[in-house]
Amino acid sequence: MILLSTATPGTATADSPRALVYELSDVGKTYARNKVVALENVSLTLGKGSFSSVIGSSGCGKSTLLKIMAGLIPPTTGRVVLQGRPVTGARRDIGMMFQQATLFPWLTTVENIVLPIRIRDGRAAAARAREQAHDLLEVVGLKGFETVYPNELSGGMAQRASICRMLITEPAVLLLDEPFSALDELSRDFMNMELQRICTERDATAFLVTHSIPEAVILSDRVLVMKPRPGRLAEIVEIDLPRPRTLDMVTTPKFGKLVDYIRNLLDKEADA
Amino acid sequence: MTATTVTPRLEEDPAAGDTIWTERTSWLDSVPRAVSMAVVFAVFVGLWQFVSWLEVVSPIILPTPGETLADLIFVGQNLLSGGYMLPALWITMKEVFYGFALAIFLGFSLGVLVGETSFGERAIMPYLVAIDTMPKVAFAPLFVAWLGFGIESKVALAAFIATFPIIVGTAAGLHVADENARMLFKTMGATRMQTLIQMKLPMGLPQIFTGLKIGAVGVMAGAITGEFLGGGKGFGELIRVAASQLNTPRVFSLILYLSLLGLALFASVSWLQRKIVFWHKDRVGETHA
Repeated sequence: MILLSTATPGTATADSPRALVYELSDVGKTYARNKVVALENVSLTLGKGSFSSVIGSSGCGKSTLLKIMAGLIPPTTGRVVLQGRPVTGARRDIGMMFQQATLFPWLTTVENIVLPIRIRDGRAAAARAREQAHDLLEVVGLKGFETVYPNELSGGMAQRASICRMLITEPAVLLLDEPFSALDELSRDFMNMELQRICTERDATAFLVTHSIPEAVILSDRVLVMKPRPGRLAEIVEIDLPRPRTLDMVTTPKFGKLVDYIRNLLDKEADA
Repeated sequence: MTATTVTPRLEEDPAAGDTIWTERTSWLDSVPRAVSMAVVFAVFVGLWQFVSWLEVVSPIILPTPGETLADLIFVGQNLLSGGYMLPALWITMKEVFYGFALAIFLGFSLGVLVGETSFGERAIMPYLVAIDTMPKVAFAPLFVAWLGFGIESKVALAAFIATFPIIVGTAAGLHVADENARMLFKTMGATRMQTLIQMKLPMGLPQIFTGLKIGAVGVMAGAITGEFLGGGKGFGELIRVAASQLNTPRVFSLILYLSLLGLALFASVSWLQRKIVFWHKDRVGETHA
């Protein structure tokens, strides 16, 4: 049976039975310049090893939410706490991945991967982290590409390398901003399965922003549906498909029901 | 019960011939580069010879290709044997070199100031744009008045002309980095200096080199103009003297040797660009001037 925990908008909360890693309470963001309320009273928690996705139409504040969680912009109200400490800027225990791989063409693959270490701890530490980078490259199936420049990597390979760059600092939470949406459909499905495998192996806590309902459903334990103007959490949909998830699950009736349910929610938001 | 329909074969005209065909390319575009260049050169010299032979232009004003070649050899011998022209070339080279070095220093510093800080962009850029629109050669008499007839006034004018494209190239280069790269560096907790040196500057190198190439062309023009207007003992002075004596073959050959100097400077900047910005595929020999 499908578990649907509905919450009243404005006070939406999502509780997880696992040890909490990340906690947002009543977070809001109003842009002073044009007094636009981008985000209103968002409360959510991320349990250790959980995978959550956020989905919503454009302008629903999901990228604002992600930026606040990453410490890139400050919230105007509420509390943002990661591993017991408030997030007030970029942090080592936050790993982030974007739509574009953004590998720097003057650095080799391995140099790109240890770049976060080089920025934080200097060249010597970066040199020591190379060993670890090699191991990560092996995990994502890029062994042998250490000294290759990014120009020679395909789109999917570049995103694998950027996964390694995100993991090199051993972050407590992975923030994923539509990481594979620039890839073609086939690579995207494949990379999603790879992402699941990597997250499971490392017991990683992940938070994904996506436009794709099937992607959100296949990867997540919970899908957060957001509503625009002002941006807020409308509903949290629990995905109780068994793990590990496989691509052929997309043809099961249960998967179809979940996708339909979320699509209806989003359509309702669009009409409102 | 299933119904199958057989699609009849397409009627074909047996006289129409084969399906294999070749794309038509003009023979002119398939001529090797060396041959095309040689042909253009030969046509140019031929026309020049023809005009001289017709004597529509006084031979004092327009020398024949033969006279020019003879003088080209004479000047070449003079330079190779360490004649009086060699020190003149050396002086011009020094002016160009110091002028370019000064322009790189000033252009890069100002470019970073204007491209990186909003203070620079708001308060300094408008003045730079205003100065850039002025005909910079017109400042030559001022430089001569301030710095005298020596090498300094020429270095100053050369640097003055070459600085602006380098400022523009550097400032534009610093704006190349996209939102993703900026956010990524922010998430890594990079300082402003780290972001500038490890990300924005390397990303802007192609633009910076474009500025350097335009500057390399300008620095030659600046040095020679300085010598025309401010005297001295450089190559520009040799040209001026030859022109005043109506020794036009000499003017032509001096200009040709001077262009070799300019070409060498431009080529070294291009070479450096290919070495440093190895990831950026720039067309070989591409000019932006």
